Amino acid sequence: MALSENNSEGRPIRAPLFHRFGPTVKVILGTLTSIIVTLLGLLLVTFVIGRIMPIDPVLSIVGERASQANYDAVYLQLGLDKPLLVQFLYYLWDVIHLDFGTSLLNARPVAEDIARVFPATLELATIGIFFGIVLGVPLGVLAAVNQGKWIDQIARVVALIGYSMPIFWLGLIGLLIFYGILGWVGGPGRVGIFYVDVVPSVTGMILVDSIIDGNWAVFKDAFSHIILPASLLGYYSLAYISRMTRSFMLEQLSAEYVTTARVKGMSEWNVVWKHAFKNIRVQLITVIALSYAGLLEGSVLTEIIFSWPGIGSYITTALLSADMNAVMGGTVVVGLIFILLNIFSDLLYKIFDPRAK
Amino acid sequence: MSETQTLRQWLLTETPTSRRHAKISAFYKGWLTLRSNTMAMIGLGILVAMLFVAAAAPLLAPYDPFVQDLGNRLAPLGVEGHVFGTDSLGRDILSRLIYGTRITLYIVALVALIAPIVGLLVGTVSGYVGGWTDAILMRITDIFLAFPRLVLALAFVAALGAGIENAVLAISLTAWPPYARISRAETLTIRSSDYISAIKLQGAGALRIITKHIWPLCISSLIVRVTLDMAGIILAAAGLGFLGLGAQPPSPEWGAMISEGRRFILDHWWVATVPGLAIFTVSLAFNLLGDGLRDVLDPKAGE
Repeated sequence: MALSENNSEGRPIRAPLFHRFGPTVKVILGTLTSIIVTLLGLLLVTFVIGRIMPIDPVLSIVGERASQANYDAVYLQLGLDKPLLVQFLYYLWDVIHLDFGTSLLNARPVAEDIARVFPATLELATIGIFFGIVLGVPLGVLAAVNQGKWIDQIARVVALIGYSMPIFWLGLIGLLIFYGILGWVGGPGRVGIFYVDVVPSVTGMILVDSIIDGNWAVFKDAFSHIILPASLLGYYSLAYISRMTRSFMLEQLSAEYVTTARVKGMSEWNVVWKHAFKNIRVQLITVIALSYAGLLEGSVLTEIIFSWPGIGSYITTALLSADMNAVMGGTVVVGLIFILLNIFSDLLYKIFDPRAK
Repeated sequence: MSETQTLRQWLLTETPTSRRHAKISAFYKGWLTLRSNTMAMIGLGILVAMLFVAAAAPLLAPYDPFVQDLGNRLAPLGVEGHVFGTDSLGRDILSRLIYGTRITLYIVALVALIAPIVGLLVGTVSGYVGGWTDAILMRITDIFLAFPRLVLALAFVAALGAGIENAVLAISLTAWPPYARISRAETLTIRSSDYISAIKLQGAGALRIITKHIWPLCISSLIVRVTLDMAGIILAAAGLGFLGLGAQPPSPEWGAMISEGRRFILDHWWVATVPGLAIFTVSLAFNLLGDGLRDVLDPKAGE
């Protein structure tokens, strides 16, 4: 009740701990239900997509010249004679056990393949979001503080371009300029051909692995390969993060406690960073979580351009060769992470921002 | 007195004489606000030009976009007769760009029709009827909202087969939930207002109330959202085309053109660069116009 009030110093009054976390249990329970329902929905959608697919799953296993008896055996084995609901339950059971079937391309379990390619995407998106935060947040704050001045205009143009540019095209142009013409960065792929499989894979993230191994030559090479795709992804999150930071900050800067702090003669730096910025941290983290999820998705096209062996490349390659188990598995995994990040940011907001109550 | 009134005065009157007069007047005032926004007008200008180019494509294009000229392939920019050069099959890039505007407009127009209408239906029904219907419809909306859009579109296209129509369907399927959310929110505020109760007392049924009295009020926020979404739709369609899942060759779709030029990017950069610039220009135009429209139609949401 008194949570949103501010005292004369402009700092929010803190309620006792149990007050702050009492309703939290309820929030968590509600969120759990919504996670489960949303996940079921996600699986239902992928299940339906898998069913309307114009590909006969039996034929793709037994081949076109199999005998009818063989065909029927696999048909029964896959449970295709059962009612759709039962088939869906089978599917659920498999997914819960992280069993996405085997890939038609290389006959390996899809889950293993995904576990192998996912760290590459994670590495890319993480460095991308790092760029986005480090540049986007200060840009947004500066734009808000200097509303209407040239820096605000620049921030606006930067964001507009980010919203309007096809990411795969920007990637191509980036490759052309920084790799083809200037030769500043490594080309497509994660490392140069001489460094492939040099360091043992521990985490699957080559930058981390090369540090663990102490192999600086590989680290440098891998860094020169990741810098371009990661900064492109970072640019997209920068556009979003800086816009959101700006509007959050504008809201805070027009609040009365900011005026009070200024009247007291507090330095502008302290007003902006110690007062206003402190109050947008929770909102910012939710925005960052969302744009991190967006990066995982945006990496699909980027990975194609940069021949980056991540989950985006995996899904697309599988798609073009009609490897449905792989497509569905990849979609479920990306969807899952997306949903979890969404819910995480939502939860964070509900728990730590009293204004959301 | 009305004889001495100029058209401008008639449009800007504070005391409209009829409903139509009031509507036209409100529209004109909105237009004046929009007109003062230079950026929005630039965006509008680009889009009008694009409409014109699409309509007059056969007149404007110097060549047939499908005719190959293998003796003259990958000609650079500014070569005699080919302003933007030629692609790997010797087709004139400018002509293909010009015909490509038709495809882009076709995709955008279809998605801009399907997604908001589906969203409007779901949202208003959900908001007006309430109860279980509301709970179920909003859950479904949330599920679709929680999906990564591009990946979902990819999976749908994989299921339906590649092609423009299926790309449109897939993009629409991923684009409708925000519209449903918006129209539901609008419906909830409108539903409890006095004039709805008045119509109810006059005996109007749910269908009449939704279609005649709730829909018109949801339109303006939907239009803003559609305009702002257009850029995303264009980028998604181009992305699908780039992946080979949207328009199929030899169709001069911009994304597919980039994909084709990608193989020659280091030596013949213009083949992929020019269509990318076209995509950028159009989605930028939609973003500029969308920002301006938001200020006019929905000042609350502005920054």
